[in-house]
Amino acid sequence: MRTLSYAQAIREAHAQLLASDARVFVIGQGLWSPWYAGSSLEDLDQEFSCARMVDTPVSESAASGLALGAALAGMRPIVFHPRMDFMLLALDPIVNQAANWSYMFAGQVSAPLVVRAVVNRGGEQGAQHSQAVHAMFMHVPGLKVVMPSTPYDAKGLLIAAIEDPNPVLYIDDRWLYGATGPVPEAMYQVPIGRAALRRKGSDVTLVGISFMAAEAVKAAETLAGEGIDAEVIDLRSLKPWDQEMVIESAQKTGRAVVADPGWRTAGASAEIAAEISAQAFRELRAPVERVTLPDAPAPTSRTEERAYYPGAADIAEAARRTLKRPASKEAAA
Amino acid sequence: MIHETYSTNWLLARWETMTRIRRAEEAIAQMVERGEARCPCHLAIGQEAVAAGVCAALTRRDSVWGGHRSHGHYLAKGGSLEGLFAEILGKETGCSGGRGGSMHLAAPEVGILGTVPIVAATVPLAAGAAFAYRMRGEDRVAVSFFGDGALEEGALHETMNAAALYRLPVIFICENNLYSSHLHWSERRVADNLDKAGEFHSIPGDRVDGNDVVAVYEAALAAAGRARAGEGPSLIECRTFRWRGHVGASYDLDVGVKRRGELSQWIERDPIARVQAALSRRFVRGMDERRAEIDREIQGALEAARRAPSPPPGRVLEHVWQEAACAR
Repeated sequence: MRTLSYAQAIREAHAQLLASDARVFVIGQGLWSPWYAGSSLEDLDQEFSCARMVDTPVSESAASGLALGAALAGMRPIVFHPRMDFMLLALDPIVNQAANWSYMFAGQVSAPLVVRAVVNRGGEQGAQHSQAVHAMFMHVPGLKVVMPSTPYDAKGLLIAAIEDPNPVLYIDDRWLYGATGPVPEAMYQVPIGRAALRRKGSDVTLVGISFMAAEAVKAAETLAGEGIDAEVIDLRSLKPWDQEMVIESAQKTGRAVVADPGWRTAGASAEIAAEISAQAFRELRAPVERVTLPDAPAPTSRTEERAYYPGAADIAEAARRTLKRPASKEAAA
Repeated sequence: MIHETYSTNWLLARWETMTRIRRAEEAIAQMVERGEARCPCHLAIGQEAVAAGVCAALTRRDSVWGGHRSHGHYLAKGGSLEGLFAEILGKETGCSGGRGGSMHLAAPEVGILGTVPIVAATVPLAAGAAFAYRMRGEDRVAVSFFGDGALEEGALHETMNAAALYRLPVIFICENNLYSSHLHWSERRVADNLDKAGEFHSIPGDRVDGNDVVAVYEAALAAAGRARAGEGPSLIECRTFRWRGHVGASYDLDVGVKRRGELSQWIERDPIARVQAALSRRFVRGMDERRAEIDREIQGALEAARRAPSPPPGRVLEHVWQEAACAR
């Protein structure tokens, strides 16, 4: 199978959706610029016209509302927020309107809206250019939330999001844009709500979200070298999330680490850890560990960024804690 | 008096629409007073000419978008009386399946895809529907009804800019009833200039007597003509007054220093009485019978709504998720 980067896979999903469905269009900021979307939307305006790749003024609320209104009127828009932080200016159309629309009118009108938000962590961008606030949206009934970590899922989940009759928040991560992997040329869907088993193991379950799923795979390799056999689950969908796969795995291994690229308090990891603790209570042999951002805004300087963002080493360390293994030399230092 | 150029049948149709809205809302006021209607009800008694005049300029395929005070928009566009009453009573047969109450009305079959109470929330949605119509090359217009308070929301200004930029077939109808909840416009703005709100975005603005159904109709028809011709959005400020309070059945006479005096002046300018006077100058007979017929219709719808079942509690999780998209 071909190999594509994560960004190329997102671009291919857009191109195939635009080519195959006249109802699909993209609206948001930075569509005609090389800066905002990286190569994930490159030249789509040339290929499909600026009328279907609508680069908007800096009006997050209106752009999202416009997209929702078009969705209610039968279109399949993707509203693009190149920085998730700015998307918070559009909370009303996303949370009050899109998520509630079906329920408020007893299913008479559907809101098949895709909201695409990009997490831009790191890069010395600081507190308002790098936030991963997926947990806020995971909280909202009526709104689906997906966060792919591989090129394959990046393509398949975007196509599934467009095919879904509900509003879907699709969150991709700039730190993953260069990641490569096999991607089929044909259109395909990755079912929303199903996690992916990245590695089978028997000692501890590592549940990763987005970038942290990729880090969990690396952590499992490190742990394997120490004789620890970790099972790795890439959650892919946050709402709904695959409780079946996660709980079954935690019951099997008796230990779990949840690795989330967001904050700790009331974060996605809290929800997942709570369900594992409740549903796998009898089988658990250690408290569920969480690896998250600290409860602090993102710093800018490189030294502070290194301290702020957790990675594979932190996941491996958390896994050792569940097994009461001594801390690694690096972690101790 | 330009009414003279309109046919008697045309005037009668507007009179009927306005009277149906008035009498339905008076019935709702009684339901509120009796405690029969428990959801928040925002009445537009006194403002009927805006809904009736604008909707007369539209086709069934055009959409209208409203807010918390949208009984009139719903009825003027062709929503069913029984569906409205049943919705207000929280019944399964309500226009929103008993899920919305007075503030969330839908009648997709006549172009109402939803009204919601977050102020200005449906303004960008109307523009989005217009965006869809324009993209598909359809001869359709979206109308956004909002109150004067919505002009103080950011989303409205963002949307006006986008609508002008993309030349969207959307009409912004500002029902200026002078009050946003309890605050008179002079407590919220320094100038009485809502008709100029579109100027910054090069959107033509018109100010009309919102209690004159003909003036509202003519302005809306001109705006719809511009929209259909691809000339983009228009803003119409309709000056009017709500007789009742912000919410519920009371007249809110204790709110704001000027309301008591204003109300008596505005009752003199009753939009329905004005059309009725024009009809009586033409010696149209049987107005009492026509009114009695509307009242019978309202009574019948109300009784049917009362008889209808309430949603069973076991279905409270239904429709959080859509199983399949609804084609619109």
